[in-house]
Amino acid sequence: MKRIFLACVMGLCCWSGMALADNAVPTDTDPVAQKRAMALAAKLRCLVCQNQSIADSEADLASDLRRQVREQIAAGKTDEQIIKFMTDRYGDFVLYEPPVKATTVLLWIGPLLLLVAGATGMVFLLRGRGKEQEGVPALTPDEQARAEALLEGRTLPFPSGKGRK
Amino acid sequence: MIPEIGQFALILATLLMIVQGTLPLVGASKGISAWMALSRRTAQGAFFFMALAMGCLIYSFIVNDFSVLNVATNSNTKLPLAYRIAASWGSHEGSIMIWVFMLGLWSCAVSIFSKHLPEEMVARVLGVMGLVGTGLLLFLLLTSNPFDRIFPVPIEGRDLNPLLQDPGMVLHPPMLYMGYVGFSVAFAFAVAALLGGRLDATWARWSRPWTTLAWCFLTLGILIGSWWAYYELGWGGWWFWDPVENASLMPWLVGTALMHSLAVTEKRGTFKVWTVLLAICTFSLSLLGTFIVRSGVLTSVHAFATDPRRGMFILALLALVIGGSLVLFAFRAPRVGASGKFKLVSRESALLANNLLLTVACGTVLLGTLYPLFLDALKLGKISVGPPYFEAVFVPLMVPTIFLMGVGAVARWKEATLPDLWTRLRWALVVTVIVSVAIPFILGRTAPTSVALLALGFGMALWVATSAVVGFLDRIKHVGGSFSEKLARQPRSFWGMFVAHLGIAVFIVGVTVVKGFEAERDVKMTPGDTVSVGGYSFRFVGIEDHPGPNYQASRGTFELSKDDKVMRNLYPEKRKYFSFGMPMTEAAIDSGVFGDRYVSLGEPLNDGKQSWSVRVYHKPFVTWIWGGCILMTLGGLLALSDRRYRVNARREAGAVSWTSVKLEKA
Repeated sequence: MKRIFLACVMGLCCWSGMALADNAVPTDTDPVAQKRAMALAAKLRCLVCQNQSIADSEADLASDLRRQVREQIAAGKTDEQIIKFMTDRYGDFVLYEPPVKATTVLLWIGPLLLLVAGATGMVFLLRGRGKEQEGVPALTPDEQARAEALLEGRTLPFPSGKGRK
Repeated sequence: MIPEIGQFALILATLLMIVQGTLPLVGASKGISAWMALSRRTAQGAFFFMALAMGCLIYSFIVNDFSVLNVATNSNTKLPLAYRIAASWGSHEGSIMIWVFMLGLWSCAVSIFSKHLPEEMVARVLGVMGLVGTGLLLFLLLTSNPFDRIFPVPIEGRDLNPLLQDPGMVLHPPMLYMGYVGFSVAFAFAVAALLGGRLDATWARWSRPWTTLAWCFLTLGILIGSWWAYYELGWGGWWFWDPVENASLMPWLVGTALMHSLAVTEKRGTFKVWTVLLAICTFSLSLLGTFIVRSGVLTSVHAFATDPRRGMFILALLALVIGGSLVLFAFRAPRVGASGKFKLVSRESALLANNLLLTVACGTVLLGTLYPLFLDALKLGKISVGPPYFEAVFVPLMVPTIFLMGVGAVARWKEATLPDLWTRLRWALVVTVIVSVAIPFILGRTAPTSVALLALGFGMALWVATSAVVGFLDRIKHVGGSFSEKLARQPRSFWGMFVAHLGIAVFIVGVTVVKGFEAERDVKMTPGDTVSVGGYSFRFVGIEDHPGPNYQASRGTFELSKDDKVMRNLYPEKRKYFSFGMPMTEAAIDSGVFGDRYVSLGEPLNDGKQSWSVRVYHKPFVTWIWGGCILMTLGGLLALSDRRYRVNARREAGAVSWTSVKLEKA
């Protein structure tokens, strides 16, 4: 089912291009397979480069791996099988989306933990504030006096250190 | 001779910084005004010597003085002048050098524009900046001296990494560092307030323009970096979630939270403790960002260990700055009483929630960036954390942020009620939902995932825009006069917010459309071939040799046309730098308001027919991504030009009294 949706999307993407005369040779003839290959290549790390996916890199290893991916797609392998092939060969390092396992659990649930902790803290804080501050005057007596002075058109000096003079 | 002058100036700057970082602080706590008064002069003096040192370094690069190790490793005689200048900050030493230079610049600026501040405050702020500067200058002098000489002197230098030979290199690092280092002012204000035990609305008001300015620089710096990566790397992406990019995004996220938190502290006198914490975090992340990029720890944890002196120094410095300020925070912050009250549904709450979300988003980026390093250091295996991870965790955090951004801009201070919010926001909500659901179908999308993503993107953009408009209409309702008078009466700070928020909307539209509609083809082309993408066709005319100053290029000519009408020629290049093995791709881009046509050369196919592998892209609305960032920066600058800051300046001349400013503001 997912594949069919993908095919529809690809079809629409390429449709506008197909309408025009086009005689360049695609590196891949099947647009669906090409899109799959590109999506996979974007998830795989070029191991000899400095943080580039094999889709982006022009290193020899990257183009070798891109060819591998295309060949395996042509051979009818699923995305999962191809990813498994890559990780068996190169380890998890080759994957830009780290697999969920004991050592990466914290990585994956970390953001949620942060959010829950932060939100709890915030609600706690806001609740506490609300109760604590019922009935507390918004202005200190000093501020009150100054506000009144202002309304009457007088000025009161500020406590030292607050204004310049 | 010149490098020695630079070296000497650097030492003098360090000595002055040491004075700036100690005596004024002691003076402020003991009430010795002569010591406090030292802060301004020492800051200006230190800046003078740092500028001199920076000038000497740049001069050494300009005249190709290869007896300086830094010049010999990062430049050569064939390098064009602009890049020789940019090479001054291209190396590790040079980038730390420009970092401290900018710290000098900011503290000098503080010393000049702080005449209205109490002497004690100035002494503390400049003192804290002096301490930070001392740490970095010592790091520079003891472990990464940019003026180190070599003997025998090489006849020719190596080269600046060709990736860096780009106008982006001239602008991006200085802008980014202006942002990073600018947050040191906010940090210094926060620490000074903690030291003085005086955390009030005035403190927030003093610190605000500095923070906004630093944020503008950082936004611009990130924008230039993103644009540079887009056209230079040759594969059409604009953000790669590379650790280096993440290092700049983290202070931006927390800095954005800080800017908003400062606004609340100034206007409502609340969130003080939180604001101080954010100021400390923002600068700490800037520092961390500089170091994780510069220390080489990113390429490999082991690079860090190859020069343990630098590594240990960095760790110690980070521990001192971050740890020290947090300890101070722990001791002093609770003493600063909370004040101001607000209900659970209020603008304060919306802003606080958004602060939280931005902070969590930053924490997430930090986690994803450092996790592989820790795993590797603990020998638990090597993993890669890349775009799929960040997109999966970052986007869900941004959706509620964007929603609350709309609410926060409209909700009343202190107490807002849900029914009232509903009445005011319902049109925005209705328009957003209907239009954003309709757009994907109008654009011919039917696949559910594609429709959902587009609707989400457009929905967020529309929500930000419509709620900003609602907020705007609300504001002008309460002002008298004709429409143009109403507009003229709005303060610049309001326009700043309005423009910056619209910038976010524009940015989201760019991201959404590029993600949803970009098209790319990867083809083999022989001269005469045509390839089309996104309704545009590219005809490969041919390829020719094109010599450059320090490289030899193969330059392709492509004729870009739409509907059989020729628009222009594009000339992508493949450059082979004399000093560097890897060929560099120079993409050619036809850029327009509604998107880019992008072509980059792959490799020659050596089939005797001049065939090349070629990538062509159509990137609709990609320019909106950067346009949005420019609007955000403009918004920040507008807010900075607000009248009350100028009134502040006038007040220095004694023309307006403190109280009347307060009145004007009210």
